[in-house]
Amino acid sequence: MTKLNTFEQAVATYEPVLGLETHIELDTKTKMFCGCATTFGAEPNTQVCPVCLALPGALPVANRAAVEATIKIGLALNCTIASWTRFARKNYFYPDMPKNFQTSQYEEPLCEDGYVDVVVDGEVHRVEIERVHLEEDTGKTLHVGGTTGRIHGATESLVDYNRAGIPLVEIVTRPVPGTGALAPEVARAYTAELRDIVRSLGVSDVRMEQGSLRCDVNLSLNRPGEEWGTRTETKNVNSLRSVERAVRYEVRRQSALLDAGERIFQETRHFHEATGETSPGRSKEEATDYRYFPEPDLAVMEPSREWVEELRASLPELPRKRRERLQAEWSLGDKDMQSVVNADAVELIEATVAAGTTPSGAVKWWLGELSRRANESGEELAALAITPAQVAELQGMVDDGRLNDKLARQVIDGVLAGEGSPADVAAKRGLEVVSDTGALEAAVDEAIAANPAVADKIRGGTHAAAGVLIGAVMKATKGQADAGTVRQIILDKLS
Amino acid sequence: MSTISREEVAHLARLARLEVTDDELDAFAGQLDVILQSMKTLAEVDTDGVQPTSHAVPLVNVFREDQPQPSLPRDAVLAGGPDTAEDRFRVPRILDEEA
Repeated sequence: MTKLNTFEQAVATYEPVLGLETHIELDTKTKMFCGCATTFGAEPNTQVCPVCLALPGALPVANRAAVEATIKIGLALNCTIASWTRFARKNYFYPDMPKNFQTSQYEEPLCEDGYVDVVVDGEVHRVEIERVHLEEDTGKTLHVGGTTGRIHGATESLVDYNRAGIPLVEIVTRPVPGTGALAPEVARAYTAELRDIVRSLGVSDVRMEQGSLRCDVNLSLNRPGEEWGTRTETKNVNSLRSVERAVRYEVRRQSALLDAGERIFQETRHFHEATGETSPGRSKEEATDYRYFPEPDLAVMEPSREWVEELRASLPELPRKRRERLQAEWSLGDKDMQSVVNADAVELIEATVAAGTTPSGAVKWWLGELSRRANESGEELAALAITPAQVAELQGMVDDGRLNDKLARQVIDGVLAGEGSPADVAAKRGLEVVSDTGALEAAVDEAIAANPAVADKIRGGTHAAAGVLIGAVMKATKGQADAGTVRQIILDKLS
Repeated sequence: MSTISREEVAHLARLARLEVTDDELDAFAGQLDVILQSMKTLAEVDTDGVQPTSHAVPLVNVFREDQPQPSLPRDAVLAGGPDTAEDRFRVPRILDEEA
């Protein structure tokens, strides 16, 4: 295989063009076209009926709540809502579709022509939305006989249709040129913004790790001034970090092929979480022949303008507005707020503040120590094994003088290691600031006795010399003393 | 002249997962040709500005409320498939070896 270019080499020669397709599972109580429940984690094949199994004679009826949720998403993405729209059958044979077609939308999507603005490196990038349409999810397939449950090498598969028919919204961007070296960050920022918008609407829990938000990343490269290149489509990229890595990898891989005079094939690729690489998936040659046709079993939809305006009026505060409000409430500068957004920490900090700590305390931990830990372990901040309530508790202990920052970092070690709440960890590991003044006074006395010359200096009025004694006391107490208290005791004794 | 070739009929049959013999390919190509010729005649009608009909009944906005209804018992569900295991439908290998 061709050696990869570095990302920097690649973007020095080629311009990436991005495209993103996102699937969002709505959290309606029932499926898209039948009354089956949509409870996550139910026993296999217990939430299926003649409609979602497509038994002969069964007739689908569209779920009003799913249509409303999709219109809301379209409105929040600045789309035009169709005044005439219908479903279509996308015909293909695959065991995860019991009907042998997926009910989707083709030429007449519910919403079209919108945009999302994302800020990367202080610059606004407008990502244009081509369409937002409504379709249904497929079943879940368990691959047996291969390695680690993958479809490759499997000898047979087991299918659970509980998920088949759950409403799925597909959001497709127009190609996004002009992002250059920022392409990975723009892709990530767009996905994060989309997730936050949909979450604010309350129509999906948009959990990437549970598959309720799934991302396909399209990418092509071209030399400046030349036509856009052939794109690849990387499937099922399931975290924000993976979106960024998938773009980065494809830029590096494609540029190396182009440098070697080879051509890029239009193909589906799979992203591998462990290595950050992509590999070819099934060939698209035959699969594109979906023979779409209008779904005759479902009535045409004509969303009235009154209905659309009613839904528009019901939209909650959207993330961009909310961020502006929070930035003011937290008294953060633009740069700091941008760091919070980039670290995906808005909700975490909001929840931490809500749990009873100051904004500056919450920002300090999430952007400082905890971001560092997340980077080290290659995790998302939200995936760390510490909750906003625990961070608030930790900062509360610092505010009360029970912990100093050094001890607090050790407490974080314990919380992340699953040893319990900050108070539990502090108790178990003996990590409390020594507030017993008797013990502190004894330590100060010892320090004075060991450093008579320094003590004389302080007696003579050179208070700055107290640092030496404070250091000695901190050492003696293994860092578990509050420096301010120690200083006060020293000065009291030597004045 | 025939408007649909044997190869096109074979392609459609493959997409629909139908097994068709060589004799049938010839027969179906002939029959489909008659249908397509009839369509050609219809296509001569001036339909500018007329929305193609996809629904015979002039119904719009038929929705159901988001209220759960009972699903089928699992035994009944699984009875509809040729093979099951672990409360799931069991299906043959999906990808060919080389994929």
